Amino acid sequence: MSEQYRSMWAALGLDLETHDTLLTAVGEQYQSIFLSQKNRPKKMNYFDFVISEIHGLRIKELIDAQTERRKIIGSFCVFVPEELILAVDGISIGLCAGAEFGFDEAEKYLPRNTCSLIKSFFGFKLKKVCPYMESCDLIVGEATCDGKKKAYEIFDTLTDNLYIMDMPQRKTDEGRQLLFYEYSKLLTTLEELSGKKITAVKLKESIEIVNKKRQAVTRLNKLRAENPSPISGLDALLIQQIYFYDDPIRYTDSVNALCDELEEKIKENKINESSEKVRLLLSGCPMAIPNWKLPSIIEKGDAVIVGEESCIGERGIRNLVESLGETVEELLHNVVDRYFKINCAIFTPNTARLDDIRNMVNKYNADGVIHYNLQFCQPYQIESGVIENKLEAELIPVLRLDTDYSMEDVGQIQTRIEAFVERVKG
Amino acid sequence: MLYAGIDIGSRTVKLIVLENEKIIVNRKAETSFDPLAIAKELLNGVNYNKIIATGYGRHLFSKNYNCEVVSEIKAFGIGVHSLYPECSTILDIGGQDIKAINLLPNGKMGKFEMNDKCSAGTGRFLEIMAMALGSKLDEFGNLALSAETPEHINSMCTVFAESEVISLLSRGAKREEVALGIHQAVVSRYLLMLQRVLVTTGELIFVGGVALNNAVVRLLEEKLRRKVIIPEIPQMYGALGSALCTIRK
Repeated sequence: MSEQYRSMWAALGLDLETHDTLLTAVGEQYQSIFLSQKNRPKKMNYFDFVISEIHGLRIKELIDAQTERRKIIGSFCVFVPEELILAVDGISIGLCAGAEFGFDEAEKYLPRNTCSLIKSFFGFKLKKVCPYMESCDLIVGEATCDGKKKAYEIFDTLTDNLYIMDMPQRKTDEGRQLLFYEYSKLLTTLEELSGKKITAVKLKESIEIVNKKRQAVTRLNKLRAENPSPISGLDALLIQQIYFYDDPIRYTDSVNALCDELEEKIKENKINESSEKVRLLLSGCPMAIPNWKLPSIIEKGDAVIVGEESCIGERGIRNLVESLGETVEELLHNVVDRYFKINCAIFTPNTARLDDIRNMVNKYNADGVIHYNLQFCQPYQIESGVIENKLEAELIPVLRLDTDYSMEDVGQIQTRIEAFVERVKG
Repeated sequence: MLYAGIDIGSRTVKLIVLENEKIIVNRKAETSFDPLAIAKELLNGVNYNKIIATGYGRHLFSKNYNCEVVSEIKAFGIGVHSLYPECSTILDIGGQDIKAINLLPNGKMGKFEMNDKCSAGTGRFLEIMAMALGSKLDEFGNLALSAETPEHINSMCTVFAESEVISLLSRGAKREEVALGIHQAVVSRYLLMLQRVLVTTGELIFVGGVALNNAVVRLLEEKLRRKVIIPEIPQMYGALGSALCTIRK
């Protein structure tokens, strides 16, 4: 990335040298993993561009927005409603981190047995390498899993703009009431922060913007049901990762343009891929950018990923918000209704998630499921055992993988995946 | 036609060549730090028409020899099934991997389990424990079986178990009782994994280097209350399976 951004990064308090190291590493990975793919759709060039400017142009857009008194709101979870942020003219940025960077620093504050995702955002903060984090006016932490809850207590000492949102643990009326209460509180906080009052008109507009974003990605994912899939799992994951921090309207247009291209190609039978590849569904913990480790191993071999059940994936975009409503309160209830449906493992029980996975296996004609567990993530690790047993009993092959962000187990993961693909092939 | 299979494992490289479905070459060597060089030595003077590689070094080999690869899970499945068609479960414990593989009645792979991010119970673990107790590896099983009661081992981490062994010995614990404790500890780990893939019908076949340890076998049979079959040359099934894969292609 060019000289032009160095003063911008310096002004954000980044450690320029360490930041260079991170950018170089990500750039090299992107080159070897993404740009080496053959027959990529032309419209992926927009997303390549976004990555090439990952800490450049988008950051500049955020800073420019701030000069127009728009607020940047960071978050780590799909339960934080983007609609409310947009309704105060804010910008929603996902801060979930996917690189093993700054772990030594993070482990001064957190035990080694903490999930990589948490250690990663700590590392980014402590090493001062994330311009998104440093640009935020407010960072919303959410009381989801134990790891996050306790980590935020410490994170609060490292930053002065952390806001904690409580989360229900059960899908009951009381649980829904709590979510409504928390969303109302967040709404008030956003209004105070931005100096703007949310109106029904504005909230409705925001709902429609995010709905359209979800619909675009849903449209893309539907196309992956084709055999062969018109897009690689790697590229689809990338698009779903970028979902969390790109401009929503521009992003929606770009995804739709890609869908237009892919639909055309499908119609003209121009998908230049093998229809013999084993089709796999990824399920479980999210893969935050730039975590591309597992899909790159999977798609090197004779397999293609045809869907992601995780929250950076379909769990995060399933269902729309009902936009019919006259008052802010009515619309807020619609928002709550939609978000309350997310089947994350932090809820107990969470049996509907098994149905989600099964539906996706059928919808995308998957031959098997790979359940991705981040080491130390108890909610998903514990669910994965039950899910594996139930799906295997229904003759859907499942491979459970416990891993982290490190490169030390790449060989073993490759062996397991190769064996699983061989098993599925028969 | 000569069909070869090479299994490049973490501790040993195994080579099998088949002619008319009979084993005509059966070689093994320690992997060392240069698996390719060892593979080359093993292949010295050996003829074959086709070869397939398996084991953790398979990709390295396949790039250099321009051949196909197969996972050791599939290779072991095919190898064992060819000589034990009644086999329904394979327990394979090698240098650094523990695998439990379920085989379907037609010999195809069903579910499998592998040790995740942990070396406890592997061949390497037993090597280190044997050393800590001053025992030769091939006598370690006998040492354990000579004890009446076990000295209980708590730690399952290779590094910490070694510390635990040393402190037990320094407190006067008997070598053979510590050895028995270690063997019981690793067997309970194997049982956890086996539980997830074991079926009551069919044969349970135990392969990999650790299958040569008679104490492990005895303890497994006691706990499972069923026969555990140790084939001859239990380390060779990966290479055999790979060789058989060349025929099927």
